[in-house]
Amino acid sequence: MRRPALILAPLIATLASCGPTTPGPPAPGPPAPTPTVAAGQLPAPADFAGISDRAQRSRALFLAASPVFHHPRCANCHPDGDSPLQGMDGHLHDPPVVRGPDDHGVVGMQCQGCHQDRNLELARVPGAPKWALAPRAMAWVGKSAHEICTQLKDLNNNGGKDLQQLVEHNAHDELVAWGWSPGHGREPAPGTQASFGALIAAWVETGAECPQSEAKP
Amino acid sequence: MKLRVNGRERELEVDPEMPLLWALRDLLGLTGTKYGCGQALCGACTVHLDGEVVRACVTPMRRAEGREVTTIEGLSPAGDHPLQRAWTELCVPQCGFCQAGQIMTAAALLREHPQPSDEQIDRSLAGNLCRCGTYLRIRSAVKRAATAVPPVK
Repeated sequence: MRRPALILAPLIATLASCGPTTPGPPAPGPPAPTPTVAAGQLPAPADFAGISDRAQRSRALFLAASPVFHHPRCANCHPDGDSPLQGMDGHLHDPPVVRGPDDHGVVGMQCQGCHQDRNLELARVPGAPKWALAPRAMAWVGKSAHEICTQLKDLNNNGGKDLQQLVEHNAHDELVAWGWSPGHGREPAPGTQASFGALIAAWVETGAECPQSEAKP
Repeated sequence: MKLRVNGRERELEVDPEMPLLWALRDLLGLTGTKYGCGQALCGACTVHLDGEVVRACVTPMRRAEGREVTTIEGLSPAGDHPLQRAWTELCVPQCGFCQAGQIMTAAALLREHPQPSDEQIDRSLAGNLCRCGTYLRIRSAVKRAATAVPPVK
């Protein structure tokens, strides 16, 4: 999908500044456009320099990172249900496992019974340290970028991570890293963990603003 | 590499990436654990690693180092674990190939849930396939064995 060119950014920012004149925080304005990038890639934070409004830039940065959250390599273990998903079409995990009381499965069918600390290329079983389902409160499947953003910042639903810890987690966590090294012919998440981490860091630096509810990358 | 298998200390010179199943069957002669799919999809190779259910076909030896492995041969010294007795009484095995894996998973289930519901049995044994279709007998045998397993104190 082609995205609007970055050249629109100053115009959008100008329009956003023509908001209500009454005191109080300005309305978010329309979603800021993100730079055009090749399929499977992510833009760099510098590509957003043309968005002068800091909050608009923050929203645009998160929106640009959001294809990672929605990519099956990441979203399949953030289901809005009790079973992990598989494949690019998000079909139910086979064998049929359930999340269990602690998101690691049930006795006899726990994640680590099959998934190791690294991918097994011959057996084709994916693996990484801490392999598990994300808690139901961290579901991403079917959620908008706005909803995921709000959820990520919620200390009650993000494992108690503050914004700096979120940056560190996304940029360096070894289970997050699996999304870009999924093994055996699986399509990786867009970009690299480094480029994703850079977007998240820039998003935090610009105020960690969330995109509007209808905004899409 | 040292590990304990069925209560006995063993030392093996193996590639740390060798699947545990290879060591059990080819090096230690414990052939009760079966090779099925080799991809952790059928459950025929189920054993316990420090009491936890693992598929031996995808468990590298480095993960088993220094730990306790229990196979079907070690479940009960006399082969009379309540599950094994129930399996015999109800004629559960048909071709029998998957049964060691079924029993090892069921043993872990009963340790955690001494009186499992049908749903708990189905969920825990969902990764152990039986091509003979003995699932109803398996469920009955697990329930029969549950009556013979003393509650954990």
